[in-house]
Amino acid sequence: MKRDIEDVTSISAADLEKLSKEAAAEATPSRAKIMWGEFKADKPAMASLFILIFFILFVIVASMFINTPKMMETNLMGYYAKPFTPEYWLGADSGGRSIAKELIVGSRNSISIAIGLTIISSTFGICWGLISGYYGGMVDLAMQRVYDFMMIIPMLMTIIVIVTIIPHYNAITLTLILSIFYWMGTSRLIRSRTLAESQKDYVAASKTSGTGNLKIIFREIMPNISSLIIVDTTLSFAENIGVETGLSFLGFGLPMGTPSLGTLIANANDPENITGYWWTWFPAALEIIVLCLSISYIGQVMRRATNAAQRRGKQQD
Amino acid sequence: MWKTILRRVLIMIPELVILSILVFLLAKAMPGDPFTGSINPKADPAQIHHLMEIHGLYDPWYQQYWNWVVHLFHGDLGMSYEYQEPVVDLIQQRGANTLWLALFTMVLTYAIGLPLGLYAAHHEGKLQDTLVRVYTYVTMSIPFFVVLVLGIWIFGYALNWFPTSGSISATATGFGATTMSRLGHIILPGLLGALFGTVNIVQYLRSEVIDAKHSDYVRTARSKGVPMKDIYRHHIFRNSLLPIAAFAGYSITGLLGGSIFTEMVFSYPGMGLLFLNAINFRDYTVITALVLLYGFLNLMGTLLSDIVLSIVDPRVRIE
Repeated sequence: MKRDIEDVTSISAADLEKLSKEAAAEATPSRAKIMWGEFKADKPAMASLFILIFFILFVIVASMFINTPKMMETNLMGYYAKPFTPEYWLGADSGGRSIAKELIVGSRNSISIAIGLTIISSTFGICWGLISGYYGGMVDLAMQRVYDFMMIIPMLMTIIVIVTIIPHYNAITLTLILSIFYWMGTSRLIRSRTLAESQKDYVAASKTSGTGNLKIIFREIMPNISSLIIVDTTLSFAENIGVETGLSFLGFGLPMGTPSLGTLIANANDPENITGYWWTWFPAALEIIVLCLSISYIGQVMRRATNAAQRRGKQQD
Repeated sequence: MWKTILRRVLIMIPELVILSILVFLLAKAMPGDPFTGSINPKADPAQIHHLMEIHGLYDPWYQQYWNWVVHLFHGDLGMSYEYQEPVVDLIQQRGANTLWLALFTMVLTYAIGLPLGLYAAHHEGKLQDTLVRVYTYVTMSIPFFVVLVLGIWIFGYALNWFPTSGSISATATGFGATTMSRLGHIILPGLLGALFGTVNIVQYLRSEVIDAKHSDYVRTARSKGVPMKDIYRHHIFRNSLLPIAAFAGYSITGLLGGSIFTEMVFSYPGMGLLFLNAINFRDYTVITALVLLYGFLNLMGTLLSDIVLSIVDPRVRIE
């Protein structure tokens, strides 16, 4: 390589190195770098990121040491035990179950479902939006009608009805059922962006040179809207935490015996609990608030970073 | 414009048909039969068999579906097994409560959201704008049911400012007292719903007004010497507020979905609570009727919004 260059030009290898270093310094930084820079500049964002990562790791590791069936057993000795005691850090509920342990296992369950739901529904929504927006015409029209129809279904009610019909279900089935109903927001966003993207020259050029449609969609358009996808996925993750916990709160989420943040908050449905035994539900409520606020904040910062990348002249979605 | 509206209404018909088929099949998939609970448990199985035959429950599903639709058009939604009352009557009683709460929430949402959006746009980039942004970020992120629980805990139980259950107090008599009592029961849930439901209005209005502020026609008006106050009143508001008004229909979906949580937390006897009770008692006729009704209301809401939008915004019309 070096010799080749020396053959054709008079630039020496040392000069070339210096020139490429200069070019690299002047070039716009990579997207990941811009995003990281945005996080470093924003203290609360860094805090949210660390809280979130630390919390998820803690919950996963700690829940490994907890024997769930044993934890869910009733223990009359601990009936509504007060919090801040050596045995019950956060007190106990009517069955004498330790709230702290329930909180850890419940968080793991709720977060896992939210992650699963986000992965499945976002993947589906992204594919739906890409295909609908790229092909346009009749394909788009038909897909839009399905979308319209999904939007008028009373989601919460239908999910509750399905959950009551199915005799046995577990966390995975529940995630799949929820995924049927939570892809529309993503798909609409991706569709409108793909519509705009397919009008661009590089797509036309790619088509003319005979690239396959699927390759254009997934290898060319999708990388170009990747930052939009990342931001949207983060924000839906924050929303999805509320989906399963909300259902469990109503009593139609995770089956009995599987703690969730929602079932813990459901303790508040008893007027006696809500004031007298606040420790049975308040920690879970607080945790959901902190989780949702930090994830959502991370999403906002990512969105800002995307805009910052645009400001710095990098061709973005 | 008429073309858009006509097309929109025509699209609605197949949607309604598919929704009704879906609801019907869901009802069919539920365990038990319509006579559970309405007859003596010691009844002769042969007699039940006979009843099933008379009521056409052995017919193919499309035949049953057709019968159901015919009854539907006669306003006959069946009997509730739990309440032993026609479902139509039940929904009429409970529907009024849900309707009041939803209307109250919607009015409050606009009353809070519009000024905030305008305020933020007016002070674009300043501290006030940031504060409004923090408010929308917080209200958008927290799941609504958590807000309801915290709200009823603080303002209902701890401070005892508002009632914590029911839609009217038992002691209220006379028109004035009952109205006040009804209002007292919906203030807290309505206020919470409104405070945490303004995100779309605030964000949309803010960006619309900011766009308009920097547009050419506003600059022209300013350079002609029109006072800024008049520009806001006659140009900016007119252009930005109309699409917002059209959002009212879309927000029905959110309000109805939220009503299940609100009515559960506040033990407010509306359709959401009726639905949850019906699920617990496996009261299938009520469940079917409510799912269909909510779907129909969603449909009407979107239709309304689409029509209003096509009137105020010529860009969405089809030529």
